[in-house]
Amino acid sequence: MICIDSVTKSYSGTTVVDAVSTTIPAGGVTSIIGPNGAGKSTLLSLISRLVPMDSGAVSIAGLDIGRTPSKQLAKSMAILRQENHITMRLRVRDLVGFGRFPHSGGHPTAQDEKHILAAMEQLDLTQLADRFLDELSGGQRQRAYIAMVLAQDTDYLLLDEPLNNLDMKHSVEMMRMIRRLADELGKTVVIVIHDINFASCYSDTILAMREGVLVHQGTPAEIMTGDVLRDVYDIDIRIEEIDGNRIGVYFA
Amino acid sequence: MSAPVLNRPAAAEQDPAVAVRRPGKPAETTWLLLGTVAVLLLAAVSLFVGVSDVTLPQLLAGDAEAWDLLWISRVPRTLAVVLAGTAVAVAGLIMQLMVRNRFVEPSTVGTVESATLGILVVTVALPAAPIMLKMGVAGVFALGGTALFLAVLGRLPARNTLLVPIVGIMLGGVIGSVTTFFAYRYDLLQTLSNWMIGDFSGVLRGRYELLWIVAALTLAGYLAADRFTVAGLGADFTTNLGMNHKAIMRLGLVLVSLISAVVVTTVGAVPFLGLIVPNIVSLLFGDNLRRAVPWTALFGAGFVLLCDIIGRTIRFPYEVPVGMVMSVLGATIFLALLLRTRKRNA
Repeated sequence: MICIDSVTKSYSGTTVVDAVSTTIPAGGVTSIIGPNGAGKSTLLSLISRLVPMDSGAVSIAGLDIGRTPSKQLAKSMAILRQENHITMRLRVRDLVGFGRFPHSGGHPTAQDEKHILAAMEQLDLTQLADRFLDELSGGQRQRAYIAMVLAQDTDYLLLDEPLNNLDMKHSVEMMRMIRRLADELGKTVVIVIHDINFASCYSDTILAMREGVLVHQGTPAEIMTGDVLRDVYDIDIRIEEIDGNRIGVYFA
Repeated sequence: MSAPVLNRPAAAEQDPAVAVRRPGKPAETTWLLLGTVAVLLLAAVSLFVGVSDVTLPQLLAGDAEAWDLLWISRVPRTLAVVLAGTAVAVAGLIMQLMVRNRFVEPSTVGTVESATLGILVVTVALPAAPIMLKMGVAGVFALGGTALFLAVLGRLPARNTLLVPIVGIMLGGVIGSVTTFFAYRYDLLQTLSNWMIGDFSGVLRGRYELLWIVAALTLAGYLAADRFTVAGLGADFTTNLGMNHKAIMRLGLVLVSLISAVVVTTVGAVPFLGLIVPNIVSLLFGDNLRRAVPWTALFGAGFVLLCDIIGRTIRFPYEVPVGMVMSVLGATIFLALLLRTRKRNA
């Protein structure tokens, strides 16, 4: 369970995340949606101690992120940010291997090696294991980053726009994998995502933010209504039910 | 992502066959050994190059004069070249990962200039200061100058690949001008050039031993290799993996500054080395420091040995300072490298 208690963050006078309080249940997939500048990514960075909060508190699985040593947190929570400008020439295998660092401290065991191979297999990277990151396409690189945080083998996985750079096929596969991580391995996955329909189809809980405030929280059925989405996005979105999923139509 | 079922590796099974060795790893070790042999050969050549004759038959015959010359001059010089070459190249590599930019090294961001300014300040204030004090002050100045560079970078709105080295060059230029101004005022321009242009001709027994400090610093850099690699991935990655990004940056700052200060005080600045060697190694072997540091050390030692040998033979019996040879050779190689990268990206 992730407990968020009146978390606030301002950048030079502008409040980006405004006293957000909520609980993200353990297990399952939680999606954070909202328009640009709603504070979704900032909230994720605050939860994952990448950015220090101005006030408030966050605890993950009972660990207060402000007091728990970073190294210990790294064993229960992994975070991948949206912008990853890596200029280094690193092999995919090495990058994924660094995901084991919190466990191995730089001396990987056979066990660590297995995690690395499994994570690369999951993301279809086995063939690319010995390629350098700068030789990969944007989508392949995105998958390599995800494999790294997967190899970290944490109970909590926070992904900021995991579909970044992925085409339709890989987007669907990524969302299916996220679903399996929750269903088969019991992980708690929190993602920031722009596509409300992916959020609707694959999450258990949706948090909707607007202007730094958490405005709605609920199941996809509760969030995917014309009224709620108008409140969040300021546009009219028609909701159709297709194959049991609620799909928002907003293209025309 | 094709596998339908997730396999969490079971803790119990420790199948050694699954713990696959990296493909090509034995071959790389072989190459590393061959590289070491090549550097040792260059070192051997370096021992026998010089105005006075030291030849193998003389040594075998037990010629006392030849042995003296070997121990007092040739061995110290060769060791100094190897130690400085190794350390400066590794310092360049660490700095490039710290600022996440390939086009910087201690002599292009103000570190070396600051160290030189430090020595100048001691020389003016306390002309009789022992070398250790000079080195200490140079170290403090180098730390300050490098920290200033990092602070300026931290305030830049966007991390532009070209802006980083330009800021470094400008900062180095400002500090260098201040240094030259004071050197001019105190009539120390001649002395200043001793530190600004690396030269191994003055190295004798008793005048190079401080360089063993950089050997220790380089080793420390190697031991922290994983940390620097992770820092090269950026602050967010580092924090996610439970490491303290600021602490790694501080360690890098200290290592790079002290290596530069010690080298400048003992043999003078060795330009370009920290720029070209890490870039060549990166192209060939990538940036995982565990693997890159040994190669960088080897290439660094080999390159300076080669330049020093050229400097000693090109207008024999006179010497050209190694810094000059390196500037010409280094700049040429680096230019070729840049053009090659452009072709690759095009």
